[in-house]
Amino acid sequence: MNENTATAAVAPTSGPPDGGRARRAVTGLLGSAAGRNTGLVVALVLLCVVGVITAGDRFADVDNLLTILRLASVIGVVSVGMTFVITGGGIDLSVGAIVALSSVWATTLATQAVARDFHWLSLVFTALAVGAGCGVVNGVLIAYGRIVAFIATLAMLAAARGLAEIMSNRKTQIVDVPGFTAFFDASVFGVPVLVIIFVLVAVVGWVVLNRTTFGRRTYAVGGNPEAARLAGINVRRHTVLLYTLLGVCCGIAAILLIARTTTGSATHGGLYELDAIAAVVIGGTLLSGGRGTIAGTVFGVLIFTTLSNVFTLNNLSISAQAVAKGAIIVIAVLLQQRLARRGDS
Amino acid sequence: MSRNRTARAGVIVAILATGVALTACTGNTPETTTQTGSQGGVKVANDEPGKKVVIGFSAPAADHGWMAAISAAAKAEAEKYSDVELKVVEGTNDVSLQISQVETFINDKVDAIVLLPFDGAALTPVALKAMKAGITVINVDRAFDSPFAARSTVLGDNYGMGVSAGTYVCEKLDGKSDAVVAEIAGIDSLPLTQDRSKGFADALRECGLKVNNRVAAEFTVESGEKAAANLLQAAPRVDAIWNHDDDQGIGVSAAIKNSGRGEFFLIGGAGSANVMREIKADNGLHKATVVYPSTQGADGIRLARLAVQGKSLGDLVEVEVPRQIELFAPVVTKDNVDRYLPTAFES
Repeated sequence: MNENTATAAVAPTSGPPDGGRARRAVTGLLGSAAGRNTGLVVALVLLCVVGVITAGDRFADVDNLLTILRLASVIGVVSVGMTFVITGGGIDLSVGAIVALSSVWATTLATQAVARDFHWLSLVFTALAVGAGCGVVNGVLIAYGRIVAFIATLAMLAAARGLAEIMSNRKTQIVDVPGFTAFFDASVFGVPVLVIIFVLVAVVGWVVLNRTTFGRRTYAVGGNPEAARLAGINVRRHTVLLYTLLGVCCGIAAILLIARTTTGSATHGGLYELDAIAAVVIGGTLLSGGRGTIAGTVFGVLIFTTLSNVFTLNNLSISAQAVAKGAIIVIAVLLQQRLARRGDS
Repeated sequence: MSRNRTARAGVIVAILATGVALTACTGNTPETTTQTGSQGGVKVANDEPGKKVVIGFSAPAADHGWMAAISAAAKAEAEKYSDVELKVVEGTNDVSLQISQVETFINDKVDAIVLLPFDGAALTPVALKAMKAGITVINVDRAFDSPFAARSTVLGDNYGMGVSAGTYVCEKLDGKSDAVVAEIAGIDSLPLTQDRSKGFADALRECGLKVNNRVAAEFTVESGEKAAANLLQAAPRVDAIWNHDDDQGIGVSAAIKNSGRGEFFLIGGAGSANVMREIKADNGLHKATVVYPSTQGADGIRLARLAVQGKSLGDLVEVEVPRQIELFAPVVTKDNVDRYLPTAFES
């Protein structure tokens, strides 16, 4: 994927000019991969090497790779949406709670009854609508209510999870809608539907961020909101759209989670905010906004999921896994900084 | 010893000898067994209305099925008695908030406090304070650090759960020395999970088996699915899986279904009604579950009332309520499921 060419094209609109970025873009496809994601690719390859050495065929098995992708799908979809919000200069701490609320709302007995009698898509739309609704609330509070994103989404985190607990009465709601289960259990040419949805979301996300006006505006708003406003961008409306987009991603994630676990529960999506932010940040997206890459985020998600898989294959504990996760965040970011500096000079 | 446990696998409540904390030499063997589940229950003289008892009840957040059932059963139990007034505070996983809840009970001068601490060690000081203030503290499920912090303690048998599950695996895999056994544990940092795992490993050792693959989840459906999906990749062939918790078991079952595997049998943990119905129908991978009673909060209420009124337990010769009661962790199979289904919790 040729990301730098795309970002270079938008550089003029994204606030302060970035000479380094433009220069790197000239180096073309290979240079682009080296400039941004080499650290991540190296980390992922290293992990895979460790996996093959320690677990051999069990790791390199097609089924195992599909398992990793399937596990990466849910958090991956959330992380793609999170890339937009962070690139646009925001942050969203409420994604896990929104996933929980969407999953609970979409699996109430009433929704399930409608889904059975009418069509299972009504269950899907419920989850998407709830996710989008939460996103709109976040966006409006931040853009028009002028509440700091950290605070507004912190409030949503508490409120959405609480509402999910009230709606579900803290019980796990089991899904029994035949069409829904059949659709999401299926595979196309051996690739699970869940994984296809994740790939679609990532591709659409990449196209939108790098090839559309919406994407250019996102970089602009994140880079320098005042400059973006002067350039004629409706910054407030754009902010609301960004959070809504992430809300929809949470809705999609909730659907995938319902399909995977056959349940809706107020405990779903625990710590997703941290996992998604970690994936986005090691993916090279600036927390301060203005720069972000979908490919980096996808690599970030794959690294964490593969890590957990390799650890389980070797019978290692969750605690050791957490230590390794911390180390990988630091190593990947350090590698990226080194390589980026070399690329700039 | 392990055979023995299964043989007794019909008893929900096993009451052991008194004074464990006071005299270390006292035996731990259940002498009297009653079939009086805390629900249903036989009508005894103890149930006659007596002196009015105000009981404060505090437990962790009801964030999953078992814990929700604990509080619900405690409230239902209190309502059975006209002489009990129950004050319930909102369940919390915040240790300092729970401490302040207990302090409020002390200030309110309740007669007794039934406390299921989020963390037994952290709640010990405030429980000591309550006891010093003359309040009868009944400790439920997670033990305090000090024997002086509670008048009486009701404990589930986490180690015993592991032993029961391991013993069942040994029986089912009788003679299969190369069998692969997997374990999906709960939260590894909690002593209760460590105890369950130790019991399981100890019981398997008795028949020459060991845990070949082990993962820990977090007691949620989602974590159960994740952990199981990875575990099934780790082990190309499995003969038996013990999953510590039936709530996360919903996720475990989903992962197994996704993987299309089914060469093994599954043992649950805690004993949810969902799993028991599957065991009864005998159409899934769940062949058994190990009960960890969700009624022990209700037992705490009963004990608090009796202790304050100076009575003892119905079937004991003892004059006072015992110091400690350890509940039994029976294996529920198709053969005895009807017995346990009525008191099981919906997850």
